[in-house]
Amino acid sequence: MSTQESLCWKTNDHFVMAGRCIRHLTRSLDNLLIVIALPIMMMLLFSSVFGGAIQIGGDENYVNYIVPGILLICIGYSASTTAVSINMDMSQGIIDRFRSMPIAKSAFITGHVIASVFRNIISTTVSILAALVLGFSPKASLTEWLTTILILLLFALAMTYLSTIFGLLAKTPEGAGAFGFFMLFLPYVSSAFVPLETLPKALRLFAEHQPITILIEALRSLFANTSSPFTFEAIIWCSGILIVSAFIAGQIFRRKTV
Amino acid sequence: MQVENNVIQIRGLKKSYKRMEVLKGVDLNIKKGSIFCLLGSNGAGKTTMVKILATLLKADSGEVILSGCDVKENPEQVRSVISLTGQYAAVDGLLTARENLRMVGRLNHINNVKAKTDQLLREFNLEYAADRPVSTFSGGMRRRLDIAMSLIGNPEIIFLDEPTTGLDPQSRIEMWKIIREMAGAGVTVFLTTQYIEEAEQLANHIAVLHEGIIIAQGSAQELKSKLAGGAVLLGFEDTSSYITAQQVLKGCSYKLNDDTLTIEVATDGSVKQMANLLSNLNGTNIAYLEQKQASLEDVFLTLVAN
Repeated sequence: MSTQESLCWKTNDHFVMAGRCIRHLTRSLDNLLIVIALPIMMMLLFSSVFGGAIQIGGDENYVNYIVPGILLICIGYSASTTAVSINMDMSQGIIDRFRSMPIAKSAFITGHVIASVFRNIISTTVSILAALVLGFSPKASLTEWLTTILILLLFALAMTYLSTIFGLLAKTPEGAGAFGFFMLFLPYVSSAFVPLETLPKALRLFAEHQPITILIEALRSLFANTSSPFTFEAIIWCSGILIVSAFIAGQIFRRKTV
Repeated sequence: MQVENNVIQIRGLKKSYKRMEVLKGVDLNIKKGSIFCLLGSNGAGKTTMVKILATLLKADSGEVILSGCDVKENPEQVRSVISLTGQYAAVDGLLTARENLRMVGRLNHINNVKAKTDQLLREFNLEYAADRPVSTFSGGMRRRLDIAMSLIGNPEIIFLDEPTTGLDPQSRIEMWKIIREMAGAGVTVFLTTQYIEEAEQLANHIAVLHEGIIIAQGSAQELKSKLAGGAVLLGFEDTSSYITAQQVLKGCSYKLNDDTLTIEVATDGSVKQMANLLSNLNGTNIAYLEQKQASLEDVFLTLVAN
């Protein structure tokens, strides 16, 4: 087999695996709920229920304030379902079938990652549409939109690979699912919904330095068309997490599957 | 035994998990196109062996050559000639039967995925359920799909790890038919089972794996004759012959049955002993003669007990 031919087959393997995972998305109601209902419910909850009670100072529109946080929660949670699907595949017979076939080693994980990105594109689009309906008024220029998309994409990839690690290490699908809660709650300890000054000191120290806050500040200034030092920092954080977790996930998978 | 006929050659295969020695040096040769059956109790090391052969697990030492390729040196090449159906049906429950077959067909890099899928759905009697999610299938249907998925890549060797465990009798018989047809089509079938009857029904060659070693191998017939304790049942026409025979047989180990006028004489199964026995009994009226063999179950239990 020529190198070119073999490269062609390898690409084919990745697409077949991704196609499988994307099909799963349309077959299970839970997945569909996470992808479509979660963003809408979060937007409604924060803008209507908490929106009246939380004062963020100034005359800022609260919907504008919360959009970055909700985008990150939805992406994080949706990426975290990768942990459960990978864990289920690993614990059922199907992984043995794949491993005993002449297919590209990396295709199994890449398939899940591509499906996760696909899922996130849908869920982020739904989030933004819901936000627009509720009064979100971004002032971002085209470049800022593109930067926003880049940051969100890097974040989605980073969280997907991170949850891949959990999926590979967890003993049961339930255990792997716990990663979702972590992703669901981490953004609350950041500037996502309340200004940091309102937090108790210890929490505030954590919140100020955790990457979610940096991402949120970056997205907020991108949407508001104001420059901020956080954009670059956010890209570095996401790329860093992505590279490290993709490497670790690859190593664990290799070790687990010889 | 000619080496080139052996599509599976195993020499000195060893594997331990931590301090547990699972395989303690297994040697096997399996002929192309045959049905080979690895018989053993739970925990005998059957699944470990299949996993090593199917490139999922590395052996500690020993050599495995499948269709001319070394499993350790060249696992990629091995994967293109084998197919594995593990103990738990390796099907994707969320996809339909058709989607499962197509997926595996594409991953096997075959050209005519669509035609092959339709053909297998027909052959395995799954056409009527082709577009239903596999999670709605019965155990027997899942197994059939599982095997169809294993066949779509045209493997030379197919590994079936306890293919009938958990199936109802009807599905089991159906599975046996499928296995015979596969071997008929030239595929070498490597099958593990804990059911003696299954081994006897299907296999050309049986190996008994016990505590990590092969304690006996051969055809079902050969294994049975290996167990000393076979017997000949002699039926007599009249009482006088029956009594005469008892005198002739003095010194032999035998069992009498006065009601049926039969004597069961223990033999070692050799032709010589049989000829002697019959020439000694010349003159008595023997109505019939029946060779009684130990059942494979007797053989298995005796072997495992020793």
